[in-house]
Amino acid sequence: MFEVISFYFFAIVTLGAFWITVMSKSALYSMTALAMGMIMISGFFFLLNADFLGVVQIIVYTGAVMAIYAFGMMFFDTIKEVKEKNPSNILIFVLGGLSALLVVIIFAAPMYSEHINALYPMVTQTLGEGDQAIEQVVLNSESVGVVLFTKYLIPFEVAAVMLLVAMIAGIVLAGKKMDESLTLMSDAEIEERGF
Amino acid sequence: MDAIIIETLIKIVVVVLIFSALGGFGTYFERKILAFLQRRWGPNIVGPFGLLQIIADGIKLFTKEDIIPINAERGIFIFSTLIIAVAAFTAFVAIPIYPQFTVFGYTVRPIVIDVNVGLLFVMGVMAVGMYSPLLAGMSSGNKWSLLGAARAVVALLSFEVITGLSILAPLMLVGSLSLIDINAYQMGGIDNWMVWQQPIAFVLFLIAGFAETNRKPFDLSEQDAEIIGGYHTEYSGMKYGLMMIGEYANMFVVAFLVSIIFLGGYGEAGSIVNGEAVGAWGGIWLILKVAFFFILFVWVRAAWPHIRPDQLMWLAWKVLMPLAVVNIVITGIVMMA
Repeated sequence: MFEVISFYFFAIVTLGAFWITVMSKSALYSMTALAMGMIMISGFFFLLNADFLGVVQIIVYTGAVMAIYAFGMMFFDTIKEVKEKNPSNILIFVLGGLSALLVVIIFAAPMYSEHINALYPMVTQTLGEGDQAIEQVVLNSESVGVVLFTKYLIPFEVAAVMLLVAMIAGIVLAGKKMDESLTLMSDAEIEERGF
Repeated sequence: MDAIIIETLIKIVVVVLIFSALGGFGTYFERKILAFLQRRWGPNIVGPFGLLQIIADGIKLFTKEDIIPINAERGIFIFSTLIIAVAAFTAFVAIPIYPQFTVFGYTVRPIVIDVNVGLLFVMGVMAVGMYSPLLAGMSSGNKWSLLGAARAVVALLSFEVITGLSILAPLMLVGSLSLIDINAYQMGGIDNWMVWQQPIAFVLFLIAGFAETNRKPFDLSEQDAEIIGGYHTEYSGMKYGLMMIGEYANMFVVAFLVSIIFLGGYGEAGSIVNGEAVGAWGGIWLILKVAFFFILFVWVRAAWPHIRPDQLMWLAWKVLMPLAVVNIVITGIVMMA
């Protein structure tokens, strides 16, 4: 009962937030709704007893959307309304059709899910003996760790290498001319160097 | 099932009431302690020792005209005040604010939900609270506010890393993310406190805590000498009050986290050894530790000048982060050996 209520609450709020993200013409509203939707998704993880993933969802998306805000602040006047261009109706038709198809597939997926078996199902351990034995689920963060460092070790490491590459690329791109300060130069000097 | 829901609701109401009241008392104590440190009287007119100043401030905030600037983005301007208070109160959900005790034969556990990733939950939700200065600054339609918002992003992106990395080494020792497990790891007297095993992590986490709660010396986003009021320049009345309550609640969250993770928390209180309850004073000790860290917040504010944004980034990325990583590596080597 309580779970059903909270499921529908989170579902409505999440969908509403993403609807605002897509439909709003103000960048500020869009980003705020995006952040809200992303954080509300964590509610579903908590409902499914996947505490660890829920918390990771909050932490990761708080930082990620915060970076989007930073870019928005640098490149736009976020309070102004954005005028959207509409290059072709065909494109919108194709994209809309594809999304509709995707939704149908998503709703049809549970019919097939009966044939899918989890390779690493939730591990349970037995505590106590005899009549007082309790089946307890092994803690969430631990099972995530076990799967991550056995079956998914290679994808995990490859992802880490990818992040390292991205970080080095970022430093190389941003690091040019870092030892020179525009504020300390005279105007003539800046013109001369062609910044 | 129903009993659990009712109990949880009562706990939530109690937590919200206690910590919003403490927000009010926090302003009083802050002004009184600041005055003491700066050889002034502080509030001393309204009521005995100026105690009723809290009520006077409350009446003032409630009855003040609530102005929304014409250039502001109305919806988000209002919405952003809620975030910081809601986030701070939500963080308290996973914090054991007192050891478990028994009233009329009913055992009360003063933690709303003991999620097994409690610490991560608290830190994640606290980070969500940083959206409040950001959104407030961006929606105000005021350049000072916008600068405050930009500084809030800088502070978050610099210090979130330190918070996470510094806490990693103690977590490796404990092997659990639940604050109750972390408390249990340090049972058995002052010798077992985490601060002796992880002094570097303790200092780093405390510094990061100051930055997360926007306190001096890291109060970049509301430095009045440089950017007026920063992100809350345009706020008045109860909206401003709500932001202040959120800020003080955040200070208490950090104080609780530091006391529980590094200073032994409530010790053995609430546990039963040989049929006898032990450590009866643990809860009081926890509250004293929290009070100490609250005073430390004010003390540092009175003693230190604030630093520039570039100094903050220099400190975070070039000093504290390498220290935290070295600390993790050393802890790992010691644990393996």
